[in-house]
Amino acid sequence: MKELFPIKQVMGFVFSLILTAVALLVYFVDMSFTAGMTILLVTAFVQAGLQLVVFMHAGETEDKAAIYSNVYFGILVALVTIFGTLLIFVWDM
Amino acid sequence: MDFFDRFAVPHPSFLIYASMVAIGLTVIAVLVGITYFKKWDYLWREWLTTVDHKRIGIMYLISALLMLFRGGVDAIMLRAQLAIPDNKLLESQHYNEVFSTHGVVMILFMAMPFIMFFFNFVVPLQIGARDVAFPRLNAISFWLFFMGAMLFNISFVIGGSPDAGWTSYFPLAGNDFSTSVGSNYYMIAIQIAGIGTLMTGINFITTIFKMRAPGMKLMQMPMFTWSALISNLIIVFAFPVLTVLLAMGTMDRLFDTKFFAIGDGGSDMLWANLFWVWGHPEVYILILPAFGLFSEIISTFARRNLYGYKSMVASMVVISAFSFFVWAHHFFTMGQGALANSFFSITTMAIAVPTGVKIFNWLFTLWKGKIEFTTPMLYAMHFLPLFTLGGVTGVMLAMSAADYQYHNTMFLVAHFHNVIIPGVVYAMLGGLTYYWPKMFGFMLNERIGKWTVWLMSIGFVLAFIPMYITGLDGQARRMYTYSEATGFGPLNMVAFIGAGIMAISFALLVYNIYYSVRYSPRNIGNDPWNARTLEWATHTPVPEYNFAVMPQVKSTEAFWDAKKNGHEIFKGKIEKIHMPNSSGLPFIMSCIFFVFGFSMIFSIWPLAIISLLGILGCLVYRSFEKDHGHYIPVEEIEETETKLRGAK
Ligand code: HEM
Ligand SMILES: [Cu+2]
Repeated sequence: MKELFPIKQVMGFVFSLILTAVALLVYFVDMSFTAGMTILLVTAFVQAGLQLVVFMHAGETEDKAAIYSNVYFGILVALVTIFGTLLIFVWDM
Repeated sequence: MDFFDRFAVPHPSFLIYASMVAIGLTVIAVLVGITYFKKWDYLWREWLTTVDHKRIGIMYLISALLMLFRGGVDAIMLRAQLAIPDNKLLESQHYNEVFSTHGVVMILFMAMPFIMFFFNFVVPLQIGARDVAFPRLNAISFWLFFMGAMLFNISFVIGGSPDAGWTSYFPLAGNDFSTSVGSNYYMIAIQIAGIGTLMTGINFITTIFKMRAPGMKLMQMPMFTWSALISNLIIVFAFPVLTVLLAMGTMDRLFDTKFFAIGDGGSDMLWANLFWVWGHPEVYILILPAFGLFSEIISTFARRNLYGYKSMVASMVVISAFSFFVWAHHFFTMGQGALANSFFSITTMAIAVPTGVKIFNWLFTLWKGKIEFTTPMLYAMHFLPLFTLGGVTGVMLAMSAADYQYHNTMFLVAHFHNVIIPGVVYAMLGGLTYYWPKMFGFMLNERIGKWTVWLMSIGFVLAFIPMYITGLDGQARRMYTYSEATGFGPLNMVAFIGAGIMAISFALLVYNIYYSVRYSPRNIGNDPWNARTLEWATHTPVPEYNFAVMPQVKSTEAFWDAKKNGHEIFKGKIEKIHMPNSSGLPFIMSCIFFVFGFSMIFSIWPLAIISLLGILGCLVYRSFEKDHGHYIPVEEIEETETKLRGAK
């Protein structure tokens, strides 16, 4: 019975509900813009990672390496794009 | 406004009306022809519903050649207008429409489907697979691309063409300055085709990772497959940017959002920024498969294995990352400071290094090779020096301070044609000649083929080298005319003559196809070039299932090994083969996409909503459809195999 119960998925589900609730606080609680954005960014990325690992089963098959390298490559490209754009439009305009 | 007024062309001319009539008559002729010869059933069964990667590939090829013709006619018009000072052939508005269409058609609807043709036709055969990972998705990719291309192409007779350049910069492309529906066509047609491309990217990465023949390790894949893998990887990371960018542009134009507005919190410069975040990787998406094809061609006809396989792979991997780090070199003059410009200058120069590594690898492959000058090899030999010239001028442009001089002049135009024509177009035409016998069972005529190459290069040099000079002298790009006092006249006349010679070369290519269909010998066997990789190990014509027995691979050049060292590729006996079923859904859904796009362009909301529901309906249908494919029984395979072996 123990093997059949998807404990990891249930925990993941509860955790993702908590993350959603925390993100909602930004709307209902009065806080500064920076604090709000920080909470939103952190919860959003943790949420995305959770979905990928727990519910989309990244890392459970033999192409674990390929999947994670793709994810890391995507993160690299996104960061370079964002910081490059900030460099062009904000820091050095 | 009367409902039908919106479909009128805003800047009509005799030529446009003539094309309208010509298009109408051609469509009627095609429909009547198909009906008269009773080919509807054949067309539907064998082509419109097919999920076979080889047939989808051939449909990409036909579309690409048609679009090459369309874009080529545009090019001749542009060069004719500039051939003499103060020319009155095209008005400024028409000139703008023609160069915008030329750029979009050549990059997105000619070069892209051409590489898709090679991905589709070659990759599964090269890795010893029976189809791609998701055959049905592959058909959707093709039909979405096709409908996007057709939608874009009708713009000049219905509602007016886009006229803000292939880069479609805001604020020019916004509603204030582009009042016709032209820029709506740009946003929506490219969006539809782009979604297809994105799906191809996912499809081929999966295919290459999961469906290689037993024994083929990643580092044993043929170089073209490597280039396809990297190119598709870049597609998956770059095309979402285009999708978002076009969606934002669409909303600005149709729903009055302010993403790219001046003021109201928007920024027009954001368009240029995001456009090139996609745009620069895009040029590498095009050039990498070209490099892959040249690698195959050069090693086949130098009769040597490729020099520096590992460094070739490494340089492509480096390029795949670096192609995302350089985009701002397209707008050094936009107003950002020296720090930002220096950063992007350095990354741009750095990306020239792996590109140079590849040039040296090809040279070392040729070194001491037994070179055989076939037509594909001739394309490769013309590519090497001409492309190097384009790379060198690229590095000149990469110096941000110097670029203030070159930017938006004919010098830049010369640079990118110098890399795209000898790089991408030569690879496409050389690769087409190379794979032609595998597709159709006969070779293209070598003599006419070599004439084509030489004329193409002569035309190219005459058409584009003068632009470096007039560009340095200050001739701006996208100007519809210039005065005699500038002195640009004579060199522009030379460029026009060069363009004419390139047109003759294209005509010769078409003639070559006609000539070879009629006179080329048919008993050429499976391996007419004495090649090295798996695609030549199966029969010609390639049977539906590609390989009756899955090949066993032990080296990078499995087929060469089999021929020289007697290593057996096809071990084991024939078993029944599982194949995917054909489906009409991709075609039907893409037709609905066409209607959806059309109604969005003209803001016909009820129709847009109905067609959107239609698309959703297709998706729902697919989710509940039971389709397990079918098996080809052993007897049938054996029958086909004997027949094909006999036909040799
Ligand atoms: C050695 C490698 C290369 C370098 C250093 C390089 C550098 C540059 C730079 C700096 C520009 C912008 C210049 C300006 O706007 O003033 C540019 C434009 C361009 N390059 Fe390259 N390039 C290279 C290779 C390629 C390749 C391989 C392709 C395509 C296959 C390509 C296609 C283009 C296109 C299409 C444009 C201009 C697009 C437009 O503004 O309409 N380049 N290149
Ligand atoms: Cu670039």
